[in-house]
Amino acid sequence: MSGTFTKSMARNIFYGGTVFFFLLFLALSFDTNSALPARDNRANLTPAVEAGKKIWETRNCIGCHTLLGEGAYFAPELGNVYTRRGGDFIKAWIKSQPTGAPGRRQMPQFNLTDKELDDLVAFLKYASEINSAKWPPNVEG
Amino acid sequence: MQYKSQAVAKLYFIAAIALFAGQVLFGLIMGLQYVVGDFLFPAIPFNVARMVHTNLLIVWLLFGFMGGAYYLIPEESETELYSPKLAVALFWIFLVAGALTIVGYLAVPYATLAKITGNDLLETMGREFLEQPLPTKLGIVVVALAFLFNITMTVLKGKKTSISTVLLLGLWGLAVFFLFSFYNPANLVKDKFYWWWVVHLWVEGVWELILGSLLAFVLIKVTGVDREVIEKWLYVIVTLTLVTGIIGTGHHYYWIGTPEYWQWWGSVFSALEPIPFFAMTVFAFNMVNRRRREHPNNAATLWALGTGVMAFLGAGVWGFLHTLAPVNYYTHGTQITAAHGHMAFYGAYAMVVLTMISYAMPVMRGRAANSNRAQVIEMWSFWLMTIAMVFITLFLTAAGILQVWLQRFSSTPISFMQAQDQISLFYWLREGTGVVFLIGLILYIVSFFVGGDEKPAQA
Repeated sequence: MSGTFTKSMARNIFYGGTVFFFLLFLALSFDTNSALPARDNRANLTPAVEAGKKIWETRNCIGCHTLLGEGAYFAPELGNVYTRRGGDFIKAWIKSQPTGAPGRRQMPQFNLTDKELDDLVAFLKYASEINSAKWPPNVEG
Repeated sequence: MQYKSQAVAKLYFIAAIALFAGQVLFGLIMGLQYVVGDFLFPAIPFNVARMVHTNLLIVWLLFGFMGGAYYLIPEESETELYSPKLAVALFWIFLVAGALTIVGYLAVPYATLAKITGNDLLETMGREFLEQPLPTKLGIVVVALAFLFNITMTVLKGKKTSISTVLLLGLWGLAVFFLFSFYNPANLVKDKFYWWWVVHLWVEGVWELILGSLLAFVLIKVTGVDREVIEKWLYVIVTLTLVTGIIGTGHHYYWIGTPEYWQWWGSVFSALEPIPFFAMTVFAFNMVNRRRREHPNNAATLWALGTGVMAFLGAGVWGFLHTLAPVNYYTHGTQITAAHGHMAFYGAYAMVVLTMISYAMPVMRGRAANSNRAQVIEMWSFWLMTIAMVFITLFLTAAGILQVWLQRFSSTPISFMQAQDQISLFYWLREGTGVVFLIGLILYIVSFFVGGDEKPAQA
Protein backbone atom coordinates (compact mmCIF):
# COMPACT_ATOMS: atom_id res chain seq x y z
CA MET A 1 0.00 0.00 0.00
CA SER A 2 2.88 2.39 -0.69
CA GLY A 3 2.44 5.74 -2.37
CA THR A 4 3.36 4.39 -5.80
CA PHE A 5 0.43 2.01 -5.89
CA THR A 6 -2.48 4.32 -6.63
CA LYS A 7 -6.23 3.83 -6.48
CA SER A 8 -6.55 4.01 -10.25
CA MET A 9 -3.99 1.22 -10.62
CA ALA A 10 -6.01 -0.88 -8.17
CA ARG A 11 -9.17 -0.11 -10.13
CA ASN A 12 -7.61 -1.11 -13.45
CA ILE A 13 -6.33 -4.38 -12.01
CA PHE A 14 -9.85 -5.03 -10.68
CA TYR A 15 -11.52 -4.58 -14.06
CA GLY A 16 -8.78 -6.35 -15.98
CA GLY A 17 -8.57 -9.27 -13.57
CA THR A 18 -12.33 -9.72 -13.40
CA VAL A 19 -12.79 -9.69 -17.17
CA PHE A 20 -9.89 -12.07 -17.72
CA PHE A 21 -11.01 -14.64 -15.16
CA PHE A 22 -14.65 -14.41 -16.18
CA LEU A 23 -13.67 -15.12 -19.80
CA LEU A 24 -11.51 -18.02 -18.62
CA PHE A 25 -14.51 -19.34 -16.68
CA LEU A 26 -16.69 -19.06 -19.79
CA ALA A 27 -14.08 -20.94 -21.83
CA LEU A 28 -13.91 -23.74 -19.24
CA SER A 29 -17.70 -23.88 -19.12
CA PHE A 30 -17.83 -24.15 -22.90
CA ASP A 31 -15.34 -27.01 -22.79
CA THR A 32 -17.33 -28.69 -20.03
CA ASN A 33 -20.47 -28.53 -22.10
CA SER A 34 -18.75 -30.30 -24.97
CA ALA A 35 -17.37 -32.96 -22.61
CA LEU A 36 -20.70 -33.62 -20.89
CA PRO A 37 -22.32 -36.03 -23.40
CA ALA A 38 -19.74 -38.67 -22.45
CA ARG A 39 -20.46 -38.29 -18.71
CA ASP A 40 -23.98 -37.07 -17.97
CA ASN A 41 -25.93 -40.19 -19.03
CA ARG A 42 -28.06 -38.15 -21.44
CA ALA A 43 -28.67 -41.22 -23.58
CA ASN A 44 -31.01 -42.47 -20.85
CA LEU A 45 -32.84 -39.19 -20.41
CA THR A 46 -36.26 -40.69 -21.24
CA PRO A 47 -39.69 -39.03 -20.80
CA ALA A 48 -40.10 -41.17 -17.64
CA VAL A 49 -36.86 -39.73 -16.23
CA GLU A 50 -38.01 -36.21 -17.02
CA ALA A 51 -41.35 -36.86 -15.32
CA GLY A 52 -39.48 -38.36 -12.37
CA LYS A 53 -37.30 -35.27 -12.04
CA LYS A 54 -40.46 -33.21 -11.85
CA ILE A 55 -41.80 -35.42 -9.06
CA TRP A 56 -38.46 -35.04 -7.29
CA GLU A 57 -38.69 -31.25 -7.57
CA THR A 58 -42.36 -30.70 -6.76
CA ARG A 59 -42.12 -32.83 -3.60
CA ASN A 60 -39.09 -30.81 -2.47
CA CYS A 61 -37.03 -33.97 -1.87
CA ILE A 62 -33.90 -31.78 -1.78
CA GLY A 63 -35.28 -30.18 1.42
CA CYS A 64 -34.15 -33.25 3.41
CA HIS A 65 -31.97 -35.39 1.11
CA THR A 66 -28.82 -34.81 -0.88
CA LEU A 67 -28.53 -35.69 -4.57
CA LEU A 68 -24.91 -36.08 -5.70
CA GLY A 69 -24.03 -34.50 -2.36
CA GLU A 70 -26.10 -31.34 -2.79
CA GLY A 71 -29.19 -30.52 -0.78
CA ALA A 72 -30.06 -30.89 2.90
CA TYR A 73 -28.19 -33.17 5.26
CA PHE A 74 -31.17 -34.47 7.23
CA ALA A 75 -31.75 -37.68 5.29
CA PRO A 76 -29.68 -40.08 3.18
CA GLU A 77 -27.90 -39.37 -0.11
CA LEU A 78 -30.12 -40.46 -3.01
CA GLY A 79 -27.77 -40.10 -6.00
CA ASN A 80 -26.81 -43.74 -5.51
CA VAL A 81 -29.94 -45.00 -3.73
CA TYR A 82 -30.88 -47.06 -6.78
CA THR A 83 -27.58 -48.93 -6.45
CA ARG A 84 -27.92 -49.21 -2.68
CA ARG A 85 -31.54 -50.36 -2.46
CA GLY A 86 -32.97 -51.11 -5.88
CA GLY A 87 -36.24 -49.89 -7.43
CA ASP A 88 -38.71 -52.12 -5.60
CA PHE A 89 -37.35 -51.19 -2.18
CA ILE A 90 -37.51 -47.46 -3.06
CA LYS A 91 -41.17 -47.73 -4.06
CA ALA A 92 -42.15 -49.78 -1.02
CA TRP A 93 -40.30 -47.36 1.24
CA ILE A 94 -42.00 -44.25 -0.16
CA LYS A 95 -45.42 -45.94 0.07
CA SER A 96 -44.95 -46.90 3.72
CA GLN A 97 -44.07 -43.40 5.00
CA PRO A 98 -44.28 -41.98 7.58
CA THR A 99 -43.09 -44.73 9.90
CA GLY A 100 -44.55 -42.96 12.92
CA ALA A 101 -41.80 -44.40 15.12
CA PRO A 102 -41.70 -42.11 18.17
CA GLY A 103 -38.81 -39.64 18.19
CA ARG A 104 -37.51 -40.77 14.81
CA ARG A 105 -37.11 -38.52 11.77
CA GLN A 106 -40.24 -38.72 9.65
CA MET A 107 -40.72 -38.61 5.89
CA PRO A 108 -44.11 -37.32 4.66
CA GLN A 109 -46.58 -39.46 2.73
CA PHE A 110 -46.76 -38.06 -0.81
CA ASN A 111 -49.59 -40.30 -2.13
CA LEU A 112 -47.78 -40.98 -5.40
CA THR A 113 -49.49 -43.11 -8.04
CA ASP A 114 -47.80 -46.26 -9.37
CA LYS A 115 -46.81 -44.39 -12.51
CA GLU A 116 -45.33 -41.52 -10.50
CA LEU A 117 -43.37 -44.00 -8.40
CA ASP A 118 -42.03 -45.67 -11.55
CA ASP A 119 -41.02 -42.29 -12.98
CA LEU A 120 -39.26 -41.33 -9.77
CA VAL A 121 -37.35 -44.60 -9.75
CA ALA A 122 -36.42 -44.05 -13.40
CA PHE A 123 -35.02 -40.63 -12.44
CA LEU A 124 -33.03 -42.06 -9.52
CA LYS A 125 -31.67 -44.84 -11.75
CA TYR A 126 -30.61 -42.24 -14.34
CA ALA A 127 -28.97 -40.15 -11.59
CA SER A 128 -27.05 -43.17 -10.30
CA GLU A 129 -25.55 -43.73 -13.76
CA ILE A 130 -24.06 -40.24 -14.10
CA ASN A 131 -20.25 -40.35 -14.05
CA SER A 132 -19.62 -38.64 -10.70
CA ALA A 133 -15.86 -39.31 -10.57
CA LYS A 134 -16.32 -42.34 -8.26
CA TRP A 135 -18.22 -40.31 -5.66
CA PRO A 136 -19.61 -41.26 -3.12
CA PRO A 137 -16.75 -43.19 -1.50
CA ASN A 138 -18.96 -46.20 -0.72
CA VAL A 139 -22.50 -47.41 -1.24
CA GLU A 140 -23.76 -45.83 2.00
CA GLY A 141 -23.52 -42.44 0.27
CA MET B 1 -28.71 12.31 8.17
CA GLN B 2 -27.41 14.29 5.23
CA TYR B 3 -30.21 13.54 2.77
CA LYS B 4 -33.90 13.18 3.64
CA SER B 5 -34.48 10.31 1.23
CA GLN B 6 -31.97 8.11 3.06
CA ALA B 7 -34.74 7.53 5.58
CA VAL B 8 -36.39 4.88 3.37
CA ALA B 9 -33.63 2.56 4.54
CA LYS B 10 -35.28 2.40 7.97
CA LEU B 11 -38.23 0.38 6.65
CA TYR B 12 -35.89 -2.08 4.99
CA PHE B 13 -33.78 -2.50 8.12
CA ILE B 14 -36.80 -3.11 10.36
CA ALA B 15 -38.11 -5.77 7.99
CA ALA B 16 -34.65 -7.35 7.77
CA ILE B 17 -34.42 -7.71 11.55
CA ALA B 18 -37.96 -9.16 11.82
CA LEU B 19 -37.26 -11.73 9.12
CA PHE B 20 -33.90 -12.55 10.74
CA ALA B 21 -35.82 -13.41 13.92
CA GLY B 22 -38.11 -15.68 11.88
CA GLN B 23 -35.09 -17.38 10.32
CA VAL B 24 -33.58 -18.13 13.72
CA LEU B 25 -36.86 -19.53 15.09
CA PHE B 26 -37.14 -21.95 12.18
CA GLY B 27 -33.48 -22.82 12.63
CA LEU B 28 -34.26 -23.87 16.20
CA ILE B 29 -37.20 -25.98 15.00
CA MET B 30 -34.93 -27.78 12.52
CA GLY B 31 -32.18 -28.19 15.09
CA LEU B 32 -34.64 -29.94 17.37
CA GLN B 33 -35.95 -32.11 14.53
CA TYR B 34 -32.39 -33.38 14.09
CA VAL B 35 -32.66 -35.07 17.48
CA VAL B 36 -36.42 -35.33 18.10
CA GLY B 37 -37.27 -36.47 14.60
CA ASP B 38 -41.06 -36.24 14.86
CA PHE B 39 -41.14 -32.75 16.45
CA LEU B 40 -43.97 -30.78 14.78
CA PHE B 41 -44.48 -33.56 12.24
CA PRO B 42 -46.57 -33.57 10.08
CA ALA B 43 -47.52 -29.90 10.62
CA ILE B 44 -44.06 -28.59 9.70
CA PRO B 45 -41.92 -31.31 8.09
CA PHE B 46 -38.17 -30.69 8.06
CA ASN B 47 -38.08 -29.80 4.36
CA VAL B 48 -40.64 -27.03 4.89
CA ALA B 49 -38.82 -25.65 7.94
CA ARG B 50 -35.56 -25.65 5.99
CA MET B 51 -37.10 -23.87 3.03
CA VAL B 52 -38.44 -21.19 5.38
CA HIS B 53 -35.09 -20.98 7.20
CA THR B 54 -32.96 -20.54 4.08
CA ASN B 55 -35.44 -18.42 2.12
CA LEU B 56 -35.90 -16.04 5.06
CA LEU B 57 -32.12 -15.72 5.21
CA ILE B 58 -31.90 -14.76 1.55
CA VAL B 59 -34.82 -12.35 1.79
CA TRP B 60 -33.63 -10.59 4.95
CA LEU B 61 -30.16 -10.19 3.53
CA LEU B 62 -31.68 -8.74 0.34
CA PHE B 63 -33.70 -6.32 2.48
CA GLY B 64 -30.48 -5.45 4.29
CA PHE B 65 -28.54 -4.91 1.04
CA MET B 66 -31.32 -2.78 -0.43
CA GLY B 67 -31.69 -0.76 2.76
CA GLY B 68 -27.92 -0.37 2.90
CA ALA B 69 -27.86 0.83 -0.70
CA TYR B 70 -30.69 3.33 -0.15
CA TYR B 71 -28.79 4.76 2.82
CA LEU B 72 -25.35 4.71 1.24
CA ILE B 73 -26.01 5.83 -2.33
CA PRO B 74 -27.47 9.32 -1.61
CA GLU B 75 -24.64 10.09 0.80
CA GLU B 76 -21.95 8.89 -1.59
CA SER B 77 -23.59 10.56 -4.59
CA GLU B 78 -24.30 13.72 -2.60
CA THR B 79 -27.83 13.96 -3.92
CA GLU B 80 -31.33 12.85 -2.94
CA LEU B 81 -32.54 9.45 -4.07
CA TYR B 82 -33.96 9.49 -7.62
CA SER B 83 -37.36 8.32 -6.36
CA PRO B 84 -37.99 7.75 -2.65
CA LYS B 85 -41.63 6.88 -3.49
CA LEU B 86 -40.54 4.03 -5.73
CA ALA B 87 -38.29 2.78 -2.94
CA VAL B 88 -41.21 2.73 -0.49
CA ALA B 89 -43.54 1.06 -2.99
CA LEU B 90 -40.96 -1.62 -3.78
CA PHE B 91 -40.52 -2.25 -0.09
CA TRP B 92 -44.17 -3.13 0.38
CA ILE B 93 -44.32 -5.19 -2.81
CA PHE B 94 -41.27 -7.20 -1.78
CA LEU B 95 -42.48 -7.64 1.79
CA VAL B 96 -45.96 -8.81 0.77
CA ALA B 97 -44.56 -11.14 -1.93
CA GLY B 98 -42.06 -12.57 0.54
CA ALA B 99 -44.69 -13.05 3.24
CA LEU B 100 -47.12 -14.73 0.81
CA THR B 101 -44.36 -17.08 -0.31
CA ILE B 102 -43.57 -18.12 3.25
CA VAL B 103 -47.29 -18.56 4.02
CA GLY B 104 -47.53 -20.67 0.88
CA TYR B 105 -44.69 -22.93 2.06
CA LEU B 106 -46.34 -23.39 5.44
CA ALA B 107 -50.02 -23.58 4.46
CA VAL B 108 -50.20 -25.94 1.47
CA PRO B 109 -48.22 -28.99 0.37
CA TYR B 110 -45.33 -28.00 -1.88
CA ALA B 111 -46.73 -29.97 -4.83
CA THR B 112 -50.02 -28.06 -4.54
CA LEU B 113 -48.15 -24.77 -4.31
CA ALA B 114 -46.25 -25.70 -7.47
CA LYS B 115 -49.50 -26.50 -9.28
CA ILE B 116 -51.41 -23.35 -8.32
CA THR B 117 -48.51 -21.00 -8.99
CA GLY B 118 -47.87 -22.17 -12.54
CA ASN B 119 -44.78 -24.33 -12.12
CA ASP B 120 -46.06 -26.33 -15.13
CA LEU B 121 -45.54 -23.28 -17.34
CA LEU B 122 -41.86 -23.04 -16.45
CA GLU B 123 -40.45 -25.61 -14.06
CA THR B 124 -38.10 -23.78 -11.73
CA MET B 125 -39.16 -25.00 -8.28
CA GLY B 126 -37.82 -27.68 -5.97
CA ARG B 127 -34.15 -26.83 -6.23
CA GLU B 128 -32.20 -25.93 -3.11
CA PHE B 129 -32.50 -22.19 -2.22
CA LEU B 130 -34.47 -21.59 -5.44
CA GLU B 131 -37.69 -23.14 -4.13
CA GLN B 132 -39.71 -19.96 -4.73
CA PRO B 133 -42.83 -20.26 -6.90
CA LEU B 134 -42.62 -18.74 -10.38
CA PRO B 135 -44.56 -15.54 -9.47
CA THR B 136 -42.15 -14.92 -6.58
CA LYS B 137 -39.13 -15.43 -8.82
CA LEU B 138 -40.59 -13.02 -11.38
CA GLY B 139 -41.39 -10.60 -8.55
CA ILE B 140 -37.78 -10.72 -7.38
CA VAL B 141 -36.64 -9.82 -10.90
CA VAL B 142 -39.11 -6.93 -11.17
CA VAL B 143 -38.27 -5.55 -7.72
CA ALA B 144 -34.54 -5.94 -8.35
CA LEU B 145 -34.70 -4.14 -11.69
CA ALA B 146 -36.83 -1.27 -10.36
CA PHE B 147 -34.51 -0.97 -7.35
CA LEU B 148 -31.44 -0.94 -9.60
CA PHE B 149 -33.07 1.67 -11.83
CA ASN B 150 -33.69 3.85 -8.78
CA ILE B 151 -30.18 3.72 -7.36
CA THR B 152 -28.43 3.78 -10.74
CA MET B 153 -30.32 6.94 -11.68
CA THR B 154 -29.28 8.43 -8.34
CA VAL B 155 -25.62 7.68 -8.98
CA LEU B 156 -25.86 9.01 -12.54
CA LYS B 157 -27.26 12.34 -11.42
CA GLY B 158 -24.75 12.69 -8.58
CA LYS B 159 -21.14 12.08 -7.71
CA LYS B 160 -19.63 8.75 -8.71
CA THR B 161 -17.37 7.26 -6.06
CA SER B 162 -15.50 3.96 -6.06
CA ILE B 163 -17.68 2.70 -3.22
CA SER B 164 -20.92 3.34 -5.09
CA THR B 165 -19.45 1.88 -8.30
CA VAL B 166 -18.45 -1.37 -6.59
CA LEU B 167 -21.82 -1.54 -4.84
CA LEU B 168 -23.67 -1.05 -8.14
CA LEU B 169 -21.56 -3.73 -9.83
CA GLY B 170 -22.38 -6.13 -7.01
CA LEU B 171 -26.10 -5.40 -7.11
CA TRP B 172 -26.32 -5.60 -10.91
CA GLY B 173 -24.42 -8.88 -10.78
CA LEU B 174 -26.88 -10.14 -8.19
CA ALA B 175 -29.80 -9.41 -10.52
CA VAL B 176 -28.12 -10.79 -13.65
CA PHE B 177 -26.99 -14.08 -12.13
CA PHE B 178 -30.42 -14.63 -10.57
CA LEU B 179 -31.73 -15.05 -14.12
CA PHE B 180 -30.08 -18.48 -14.22
CA SER B 181 -32.68 -19.60 -11.67
CA PHE B 182 -35.13 -19.77 -14.59
CA TYR B 183 -32.98 -22.29 -16.43
CA ASN B 184 -33.79 -25.79 -15.28
CA PRO B 185 -33.00 -28.41 -17.93
CA ALA B 186 -34.07 -32.04 -17.50
CA ASN B 187 -30.39 -32.98 -17.74
CA LEU B 188 -29.46 -33.11 -14.02
CA VAL B 189 -25.79 -32.32 -14.61
CA LYS B 190 -26.58 -29.17 -16.58
CA ASP B 191 -29.24 -28.23 -14.03
CA LYS B 192 -26.66 -28.42 -11.26
CA PHE B 193 -23.94 -26.76 -13.33
CA TYR B 194 -25.97 -23.58 -13.91
CA TRP B 195 -27.66 -23.67 -10.50
CA TRP B 196 -24.22 -22.76 -9.13
CA TRP B 197 -24.13 -19.73 -11.42
CA VAL B 198 -26.78 -18.32 -9.13
CA VAL B 199 -25.65 -19.73 -5.81
CA HIS B 200 -21.86 -19.62 -6.00
CA LEU B 201 -21.51 -16.52 -8.16
CA TRP B 202 -23.79 -14.79 -5.66
CA VAL B 203 -22.19 -15.69 -2.36
CA GLU B 204 -18.58 -16.14 -3.44
CA GLY B 205 -18.75 -13.50 -6.14
CA VAL B 206 -20.96 -10.47 -6.51
CA TRP B 207 -22.30 -10.45 -2.93
CA GLU B 208 -18.74 -9.92 -1.75
CA LEU B 209 -18.68 -6.69 -3.76
CA ILE B 210 -21.75 -5.56 -1.82
CA LEU B 211 -20.11 -6.69 1.42
CA GLY B 212 -16.87 -4.85 0.64
CA SER B 213 -18.54 -1.58 -0.29
CA LEU B 214 -20.89 -1.52 2.73
CA LEU B 215 -17.95 -2.23 5.02
CA ALA B 216 -15.78 0.42 3.33
CA PHE B 217 -18.56 2.99 3.71
CA VAL B 218 -19.01 2.35 7.43
CA LEU B 219 -15.23 2.37 7.98
CA ILE B 220 -14.90 5.78 6.33
CA LYS B 221 -17.64 7.08 8.60
CA VAL B 222 -16.45 5.68 11.90
CA THR B 223 -12.68 6.05 11.41
CA GLY B 224 -12.40 9.22 9.35
CA VAL B 225 -9.54 7.64 7.39
CA ASP B 226 -8.88 9.20 3.99
CA ARG B 227 -11.27 7.95 1.31
CA GLU B 228 -8.41 7.39 -1.16
CA VAL B 229 -6.83 4.85 1.19
CA ILE B 230 -10.06 3.00 1.92
CA GLU B 231 -11.15 2.85 -1.71
CA LYS B 232 -7.77 1.53 -2.79
CA TRP B 233 -8.17 -1.26 -0.25
CA LEU B 234 -11.68 -1.91 -1.51
CA TYR B 235 -10.44 -2.39 -5.09
CA VAL B 236 -7.67 -4.72 -3.93
CA ILE B 237 -10.13 -6.82 -1.91
CA VAL B 238 -12.73 -7.14 -4.66
CA THR B 239 -10.01 -7.95 -7.18
CA LEU B 240 -8.78 -10.81 -5.00
CA THR B 241 -12.40 -11.91 -4.51
CA LEU B 242 -13.27 -12.24 -8.17
CA VAL B 243 -9.87 -13.49 -9.35
CA THR B 244 -10.12 -16.42 -6.92
CA GLY B 245 -13.89 -16.78 -6.65
CA ILE B 246 -15.00 -17.02 -10.27
CA ILE B 247 -12.84 -20.02 -11.17
CA GLY B 248 -13.35 -21.12 -7.55
CA THR B 249 -16.84 -22.14 -8.69
CA GLY B 250 -14.99 -25.25 -9.78
CA HIS B 251 -14.99 -26.59 -6.20
CA HIS B 252 -18.67 -27.42 -6.80
CA TYR B 253 -17.90 -29.29 -10.01
CA TYR B 254 -15.99 -32.23 -8.53
CA TRP B 255 -18.71 -34.88 -8.19
CA ILE B 256 -21.75 -33.78 -10.19
CA GLY B 257 -20.87 -35.34 -13.53
CA THR B 258 -18.60 -32.54 -14.79
CA PRO B 259 -15.10 -33.29 -16.14
CA GLU B 260 -12.41 -34.18 -13.61
CA TYR B 261 -10.11 -31.29 -14.53
CA TRP B 262 -12.40 -29.17 -12.31
CA GLN B 263 -10.77 -30.92 -9.34
CA TRP B 264 -7.58 -29.05 -10.22
CA TRP B 265 -9.10 -25.70 -11.17
CA GLY B 266 -11.47 -25.78 -8.21
CA SER B 267 -8.86 -26.83 -5.65
CA VAL B 268 -6.19 -24.35 -6.71
CA PHE B 269 -8.43 -21.30 -7.05
CA SER B 270 -10.70 -21.92 -4.11
CA ALA B 271 -7.64 -22.55 -1.91
CA LEU B 272 -6.89 -18.89 -2.63
CA GLU B 273 -10.39 -17.71 -1.69
CA PRO B 274 -9.46 -17.07 1.98
CA ILE B 275 -6.99 -14.37 0.84
CA PRO B 276 -9.57 -11.64 0.13
CA PHE B 277 -11.24 -12.37 3.46
CA PHE B 278 -7.90 -12.15 5.23
CA ALA B 279 -7.28 -8.84 3.47
CA MET B 280 -10.68 -7.66 4.66
CA THR B 281 -9.80 -8.41 8.28
CA VAL B 282 -6.43 -6.67 8.02
CA PHE B 283 -8.17 -3.77 6.30
CA ALA B 284 -10.81 -3.34 9.02
CA PHE B 285 -8.30 -3.46 11.89
CA ASN B 286 -5.82 -1.26 10.06
CA MET B 287 -8.39 1.43 9.39
CA VAL B 288 -9.68 1.40 12.96
CA ASN B 289 -6.11 1.63 14.31
CA ARG B 290 -5.36 4.56 12.02
CA ARG B 291 -8.61 6.33 12.88
CA ARG B 292 -8.65 10.11 12.79
CA ARG B 293 -11.73 10.58 14.90
CA GLU B 294 -13.36 8.98 17.92
CA HIS B 295 -16.82 8.20 16.62
CA PRO B 296 -19.28 7.77 19.50
CA ASN B 297 -20.84 4.67 17.91
CA ASN B 298 -18.57 1.97 19.33
CA ALA B 299 -21.09 -0.75 18.57
CA ALA B 300 -20.88 -0.10 14.82
CA THR B 301 -17.08 -0.27 14.96
CA LEU B 302 -17.31 -3.58 16.81
CA TRP B 303 -19.66 -5.01 14.17
CA ALA B 304 -17.33 -3.82 11.39
CA LEU B 305 -14.30 -5.50 12.99
CA GLY B 306 -16.38 -8.60 13.73
CA THR B 307 -17.46 -8.86 10.11
CA GLY B 308 -13.85 -9.00 8.97
CA VAL B 309 -12.83 -11.65 11.49
CA MET B 310 -15.91 -13.85 11.21
CA ALA B 311 -16.06 -13.68 7.42
CA PHE B 312 -12.43 -14.77 7.35
CA LEU B 313 -13.07 -17.65 9.77
CA GLY B 314 -16.40 -18.80 8.31
CA ALA B 315 -15.92 -18.25 4.61
CA GLY B 316 -12.13 -18.37 4.52
CA VAL B 317 -10.89 -20.93 7.03
CA TRP B 318 -13.97 -23.17 7.15
CA GLY B 319 -14.26 -22.97 3.39
CA PHE B 320 -10.64 -24.00 2.93
CA LEU B 321 -11.12 -26.87 5.38
CA HIS B 322 -13.10 -28.91 2.85
CA THR B 323 -12.37 -27.28 -0.49
CA LEU B 324 -9.48 -29.42 -1.73
CA ALA B 325 -10.84 -32.20 -3.92
CA PRO B 326 -9.22 -35.13 -2.04
CA VAL B 327 -10.71 -33.84 1.22
CA ASN B 328 -14.03 -32.90 -0.33
CA TYR B 329 -14.36 -36.44 -1.68
CA TYR B 330 -15.11 -37.47 1.91
CA THR B 331 -16.76 -34.32 3.29
CA HIS B 332 -19.04 -33.40 0.36
CA GLY B 333 -22.65 -33.05 1.54
CA THR B 334 -22.00 -33.73 5.23
CA GLN B 335 -22.36 -31.66 8.38
CA ILE B 336 -18.98 -30.09 7.48
CA THR B 337 -20.80 -28.28 4.71
CA ALA B 338 -23.49 -27.18 7.16
CA ALA B 339 -20.83 -25.92 9.60
CA HIS B 340 -19.17 -23.82 6.91
CA GLY B 341 -22.50 -22.52 5.62
CA HIS B 342 -23.58 -21.27 9.03
CA MET B 343 -20.45 -19.36 9.97
CA ALA B 344 -19.83 -18.02 6.47
CA PHE B 345 -23.33 -16.58 6.06
CA TYR B 346 -23.36 -15.14 9.55
CA GLY B 347 -19.81 -13.80 9.42
CA ALA B 348 -19.90 -12.31 5.97
CA TYR B 349 -23.46 -11.31 5.19
CA ALA B 350 -25.54 -11.23 8.36
CA MET B 351 -22.80 -9.29 10.13
CA VAL B 352 -22.22 -6.73 7.38
CA VAL B 353 -25.94 -5.96 7.29
CA LEU B 354 -25.93 -5.63 11.09
CA THR B 355 -22.87 -3.36 10.78
CA MET B 356 -24.72 -1.12 8.37
CA ILE B 357 -27.84 -1.10 10.55
CA SER B 358 -25.77 -0.38 13.65
CA TYR B 359 -24.18 2.65 12.00
CA ALA B 360 -27.17 4.00 10.07
CA MET B 361 -30.12 3.37 12.37
CA PRO B 362 -29.08 5.86 15.12
CA VAL B 363 -28.43 8.50 12.44
CA MET B 364 -31.87 7.95 10.96
CA ARG B 365 -33.30 8.28 14.44
CA GLY B 366 -31.69 11.71 14.75
CA ARG B 367 -28.50 11.04 16.69
CA ALA B 368 -24.88 10.16 15.97
CA ALA B 369 -25.00 7.15 18.26
CA ASN B 370 -27.23 5.43 20.76
CA SER B 371 -26.85 5.89 24.51
CA ASN B 372 -24.10 4.02 26.29
CA ARG B 373 -26.67 1.70 27.84
CA ALA B 374 -28.15 0.80 24.48
CA GLN B 375 -24.68 0.29 23.01
CA VAL B 376 -23.63 -1.98 25.86
CA ILE B 377 -26.69 -4.15 25.26
CA GLU B 378 -26.01 -4.18 21.53
CA MET B 379 -22.42 -5.24 22.19
CA TRP B 380 -23.62 -8.00 24.49
CA SER B 381 -25.83 -9.20 21.67
CA PHE B 382 -22.83 -9.07 19.34
CA TRP B 383 -20.79 -11.32 21.62
CA LEU B 384 -23.62 -13.71 22.42
CA MET B 385 -24.60 -14.24 18.79
CA THR B 386 -21.03 -14.39 17.54
CA ILE B 387 -19.74 -16.78 20.18
CA ALA B 388 -22.88 -18.92 19.82
CA MET B 389 -22.24 -19.11 16.08
CA VAL B 390 -18.62 -20.13 16.68
CA PHE B 391 -19.83 -22.99 18.87
CA ILE B 392 -22.63 -24.00 16.48
CA THR B 393 -19.90 -24.25 13.85
CA LEU B 394 -17.54 -26.22 16.10
CA PHE B 395 -20.26 -28.70 17.10
CA LEU B 396 -21.38 -29.21 13.50
CA THR B 397 -17.73 -29.67 12.50
CA ALA B 398 -17.30 -32.33 15.18
CA ALA B 399 -20.52 -33.99 14.01
CA GLY B 400 -19.27 -33.82 10.43
CA ILE B 401 -15.88 -35.34 11.18
CA LEU B 402 -17.53 -38.24 13.00
CA GLN B 403 -20.08 -38.65 10.24
CA VAL B 404 -17.32 -38.84 7.63
CA TRP B 405 -15.41 -41.32 9.75
CA LEU B 406 -18.35 -43.61 10.46
CA GLN B 407 -20.12 -43.48 7.13
CA ARG B 408 -17.42 -42.87 4.55
CA PHE B 409 -13.86 -43.35 5.76
CA SER B 410 -14.18 -46.48 7.87
CA SER B 411 -13.38 -49.90 6.40
CA THR B 412 -16.78 -51.01 7.71
CA PRO B 413 -19.02 -48.06 6.85
CA ILE B 414 -22.39 -47.77 8.59
CA SER B 415 -25.58 -46.33 7.09
CA PHE B 416 -26.55 -42.67 7.13
CA MET B 417 -29.19 -42.99 9.86
CA GLN B 418 -27.00 -45.21 12.05
CA ALA B 419 -24.26 -42.59 11.82
CA GLN B 420 -26.74 -39.82 12.66
CA ASP B 421 -27.74 -41.66 15.84
CA GLN B 422 -24.09 -41.94 16.87
CA ILE B 423 -23.49 -38.20 16.61
CA SER B 424 -26.70 -36.94 18.19
CA LEU B 425 -24.85 -35.54 21.21
CA PHE B 426 -23.36 -32.86 18.97
CA TYR B 427 -26.78 -32.00 17.58
CA TRP B 428 -28.05 -31.46 21.12
CA LEU B 429 -25.08 -29.20 21.86
CA ARG B 430 -25.74 -27.30 18.64
CA GLU B 431 -29.37 -26.81 19.63
CA GLY B 432 -28.29 -25.50 23.03
CA THR B 433 -25.97 -22.93 21.48
CA GLY B 434 -28.79 -22.08 19.08
CA VAL B 435 -30.83 -21.00 22.09
CA VAL B 436 -27.92 -18.78 23.18
CA PHE B 437 -27.94 -17.26 19.71
CA LEU B 438 -31.66 -16.53 20.09
CA ILE B 439 -31.03 -14.82 23.45
CA GLY B 440 -28.40 -12.70 21.73
CA LEU B 441 -30.88 -11.80 19.01
CA ILE B 442 -33.55 -10.85 21.57
CA LEU B 443 -31.02 -8.58 23.31
CA TYR B 444 -30.17 -7.09 19.93
CA ILE B 445 -33.82 -6.19 19.35
CA VAL B 446 -34.14 -4.89 22.93
CA SER B 447 -31.18 -2.55 22.35
CA PHE B 448 -33.32 -0.52 19.93
CA PHE B 449 -35.76 0.34 22.70
CA VAL B 450 -33.26 1.35 25.38
CA GLY B 451 -33.01 5.10 25.92
CA GLY B 452 -30.50 7.17 27.90
CA ASP B 453 -27.97 9.86 27.03
CA GLU B 454 -28.06 9.67 23.24
CA LYS B 455 -25.14 11.26 21.42
CA PRO B 456 -26.26 14.34 19.47
CA ALA B 457 -26.13 14.29 15.71
CA GLN B 458 -22.93 15.63 14.23
CA ALA B 459 -22.85 18.68 12.04
